[in-house]
This record gives sequence, C-alpha cells and structure tokens, in this order.
Amino acid sequence: MTITMTMNGEDLTVEAATLADLLALRLDDPRPHGVAVAVNEEVVPRGDWSRRPLADGDVVEVVTAVQGG
Amino acid sequence: MTLTLAGQPLPSRLFLGTGGLPHVSLVEPVLEAAAPALVTVSIRRTSSVADGGLLAALRQAGVRLLPNTAGCLSAREAVLTAELAREALGTDWVKLEVIGDEVSLLPDVVELLDAAEQLVRRGFTVLPYTTDDPVVARRLVDLGCAAVMPLGSPIGSGLGVLNPHAIEAVRTAVDVPVVLDAGVGTASDAALAMELGCDAVLAATAVTRADDPVAMARALRLAVEAGRLARRAGRVPRRAAARASSPVSGRIA
Repeated sequence: MTITMTMNGEDLTVEAATLADLLALRLDDPRPHGVAVAVNEEVVPRGDWSRRPLADGDVVEVVTAVQGG
Repeated sequence: MTLTLAGQPLPSRLFLGTGGLPHVSLVEPVLEAAAPALVTVSIRRTSSVADGGLLAALRQAGVRLLPNTAGCLSAREAVLTAELAREALGTDWVKLEVIGDEVSLLPDVVELLDAAEQLVRRGFTVLPYTTDDPVVARRLVDLGCAAVMPLGSPIGSGLGVLNPHAIEAVRTAVDVPVVLDAGVGTASDAALAMELGCDAVLAATAVTRADDPVAMARALRLAVEAGRLARRAGRVPRRAAARASSPVSGRIA
C-alpha cells in the first residue's frame, strides 16, 4: 500500500502498511536500540510497531538520545 | 550526607551535561574525572542508529541518564519530548526545559508550569530548569516537581551565579533539592553555588568546551565537594572592619 506521510519533517511516499514497515525502509537498523517513535504526537511503544497501521497524512517522529546539557 | 532525589540516593552532587563535547571518545575519561550522579542527554530526530555511539558509551559507564527537553518552546513539545525520552531510554526522570526564545534561552515559566503539571500527572519525576525566582520555584514544587534547577546565568554563558541572593532565596523557599543549572563557567562558580546552599550543580559547557574537559571535570567535582563542606562548616560573617586574628596582648613595645 502506497501512502504519503511525513517522517522527521520530510514528506515521503512509501510502501508501508505499518510503522514497522516504514522503519525497515528508512532506518539502517529496523529494531534500533534507544530509539522512540511517535505517530501524530502519540508515542507508539516498541512492541506495537508491527501492529500500528499507517495512513495518508500521518506525521511520524523518530528520535534518539544525543549529546545535550 | 548522600543526596536523595525522588527517593533515590545519588552517588554525587555533580550532574553533567554532554552537550558540546568535541568527541565521544572523551565521554569515558570525563565521566571518570567528574564521577557525576546523572548525565543529561537531549532527544533529537534520527535517521540512523550510528549517532556517534553516545548511548553505548554512557551505558557502558553505567551512569544514570537524565533526558532533557532542551529546545522545546511550548508545553506541548516538551511533554511529547519527555514521553519519547521515556520510551527511548526507559526512565521517567526528565530535566524539563521550556525556553521562551532561542536567543536568551531563558525559561518560559508559563509554559514550564503547564508542562510540569502535565508530566507529574503522567508519572514523571520532573526536574525543571527554571529562573532564579523563589515564587516560581515554590509553584513548581506545589505541582509535584522532585527538584528545582534555577539558573545561575544564561545557558552556556559561563557568567557564574549572577544573583547569589536569589539562589539563596530559592533554597529557602522550597524543601526539595535545589540544583544550580546553567551558567557555571569554572570551579569557583560551582563552589559558590554549593556554599549558597544548593544541593547539587549541573554543568555542561563548563566541562565540554573547556580547553581540557577532563581536567575541568575533576575541578568541578572537587569544587562541588569543597563548596558543600564549606556550607556545612559555616562561614564567618562578613564584617566591614578588620578583626585581628593574632593576640592583641603581649606585643613588644
């Protein structure tokens, strides 16, 4: 299924039925350590990535810890 | 006496920020020199997991992580960032930062109070970065914050504690740990904060952008200990006039 959505501020058209599909396409490591994901400002727990369907217009944020004060 | 925060005993009174460290290879020696109770990290977008190995280095050191909400300009952004941090790092402790603008980097206390209330309700242990205002500090504690972290001076400025009286007033106003956050430039700033009654000091730039971060990490560790000791020892009152410390009697004519 092709959807048009936004990941980390970038507009994308991708073949992804679930959040896990998207992460497998876009990340070096589809099950990365220390990473969290939100869809439309709701955190999706790691265990739910493969069950979370994606739809046109979804806004996905993928974050990790970086240096900070 | 050990510092206890939200019921957790902490191994030291120095909190360390990692922002600005020139290379991840410095994480280990800096942590060894500073022996911090907590290390702060930021939460940012990623497209890969090869973001310098910071997390791996911190995890190897076994230090407690304190994610921050740095850069957030609204309560909404800060709450989502805290939720993402909890999911990514498995901690419900958060250094809550909500800034008013990107020039001053000063706290927006209206958004800060809003975010603190929401996060406490969601089960977070909230450590808010705030102004050196005892009234705001008391409000934050009333909302359930586990500590307050007043600024000594603007983030990254290295200007030290610009208003020592305000920091003392914050200390008097609340019954939770007070952590001096922001503005520490060198060891004497950290010592002064502790002498004023702060329970801990958070430093990032002072260490990470020093010419020798490892040496400055050790200097701050010693300064925090020295300042704490001096506070407990009880300093002499300041006097306008001199007072001889040698005996007045028995001098030769």
